[in-house]
Amino acid sequence: MNPASLWRLSAASLAAHVRSGEVTAAEAVESGWGEPASAWERDVRAVVHHDAGARARAAAAVTRDRALSGVPVVVKDNLCTTDLPTTCGSRILSGYVAPYEATVIRRLRAAGAVVTAKGNMDEFAMGSSTEFSCYGPTRNPYDLALVPGGSSGGPAAAVAYGLAPVGLGSDTGGSVRQPAAFCGVYGLKPTYGRLSRYGLVAFGSSLDQVGIFARHAADVAITYAALAGPDPHDATTRTGAAPDVSGWDTGVNGLRFGWPANLWQEGVEPDVVAGLEESAAALERAGATRVAFEFLPGEYAVATYYLLATAEASSNLSRFDGVRYGFRHPDSPDVRALYVRSRSAGLGPEVQRRILLGTYALSAGYYDAYYLKAQRARTRIRHEYSQAFARCDVMLLPVAPTLPFALGAKIDDPLAMYLSDIFTIGANLAGIPGLSVPVGLTTGGLPRAVQLLGPEDSEPSLLRFARAIEIRGDARRLAPGHETEFAWPTKR
Amino acid sequence: MPIRREEVERIAELARLELAPERLERAAAELSRVLDFVAALDRLDLAGCEPSVFAPADASLREDVPDGDRLDAGRATAMAPSAEDGYFLVPPIVENLNP
Repeated sequence: MNPASLWRLSAASLAAHVRSGEVTAAEAVESGWGEPASAWERDVRAVVHHDAGARARAAAAVTRDRALSGVPVVVKDNLCTTDLPTTCGSRILSGYVAPYEATVIRRLRAAGAVVTAKGNMDEFAMGSSTEFSCYGPTRNPYDLALVPGGSSGGPAAAVAYGLAPVGLGSDTGGSVRQPAAFCGVYGLKPTYGRLSRYGLVAFGSSLDQVGIFARHAADVAITYAALAGPDPHDATTRTGAAPDVSGWDTGVNGLRFGWPANLWQEGVEPDVVAGLEESAAALERAGATRVAFEFLPGEYAVATYYLLATAEASSNLSRFDGVRYGFRHPDSPDVRALYVRSRSAGLGPEVQRRILLGTYALSAGYYDAYYLKAQRARTRIRHEYSQAFARCDVMLLPVAPTLPFALGAKIDDPLAMYLSDIFTIGANLAGIPGLSVPVGLTTGGLPRAVQLLGPEDSEPSLLRFARAIEIRGDARRLAPGHETEFAWPTKR
Repeated sequence: MPIRREEVERIAELARLELAPERLERAAAELSRVLDFVAALDRLDLAGCEPSVFAPADASLREDVPDGDRLDAGRATAMAPSAEDGYFLVPPIVENLNP
């Protein structure tokens, strides 16, 4: 195996080569750091922290017989690592190195993988374009004038251009699924409580979930199997073993997918709708049945989300006060000034906007009208999903209403930015899993995607449907291990 | 619902944030727009919907039992902007009554 072409391999193939001894762990770990990745990185700027020495030490310690042996992984800058900084794309955490590791990072290592870089993100995961980062924006590898989506835009873009076959992000309202769609890769938001949040810097704790990026459905399955399951360090992880996803390649014959077409009657770009139609046709060829029904419009979920997530964020981010970590304002004559000045200078505009909104929603006199009402709306929305999943195994819908948009297009219009999450937010409110599935490129060369949602613990079904879409429903190509060609970006 | 500039100042105070005068007006306008949007919830029938705090209604919390994995004071204060002997240092909290 030529080391210069290892970067093109899936995680499954790369680990198999390491297990067989054909490729060393060091060669596998370094595979993304030569050309063409380094040329891509100069323009895309997906990475905010990396360290060649740490990479080499980690590669030397890799156990050779594991599911992800030697596989490099790019993780979002809000997952705690002890050999690289964890700064959440924020000035207030500049230079911070965590004293402990996130559980998902430990589990990656136990599976033989190596974290090679921290990926860029919207500050504290608040944004949908990776433009709200203290390090500057990440760009979309398919068109450098466009955003990669967000908030986990760094890991998504890095997986798309070939720095690593797998990435980790966090998804509070679509922050894994939407950048996955914009960068043409898979993006899984697991069931709430299936992946540990220990060591994930909190944004909206009842919504946050660590998610997985990959270029192949198989790699999502392998990574999920390595990471999912109860964690004594996170009291909200679900008890009992995580669902078995090893049947990801067993087809969808006899299964049903929901088709809530009222959701894309208006305000959704034609290329997005075409992707849905083609995917539905592929699933029908593979033996699945389309079940049409109407679903609650996404505006209600967006309204609910921007009260609950901001309320939780205003509480969670109160810890950033210039005392225990990161940035402290040099001119702090008393403790009060220390808090106010450190926070005002250390937190960016979108984070401050959301803290203000959340503080308002929780403040005396408004609590019932906003926060409590949103919690009741959440119950209603969850109920809507339960009713839908009584009629189908998964739902097929858009990830975002648009293709990747231009840098700067929505940065001054918070509400327009929030509405780009209209199809992803519901899954977080309901605690159910969602998977962004790439469906090739438009005639203009931009990634298209569809989203699959299922009931709690339906990751096995989501992956079966994703695989059927990946191979375009062609049952003859269902040979285990058959890898489809990834639609690599070309420089422009 | 329109939010007045004074209201934004009050919220900012609660959140320990300080907004420059020119940003106050803008923040008031942005918050008002978002609150107008979330008023959509008034049109949603919430009869019989109890508030849900967690996404899975049956999320079970475990016993809070220490597992022996400790963060000692030295490591905990290692990344602080100012620390000494395992303590975080901050400016004076109370006035020195006996200087």
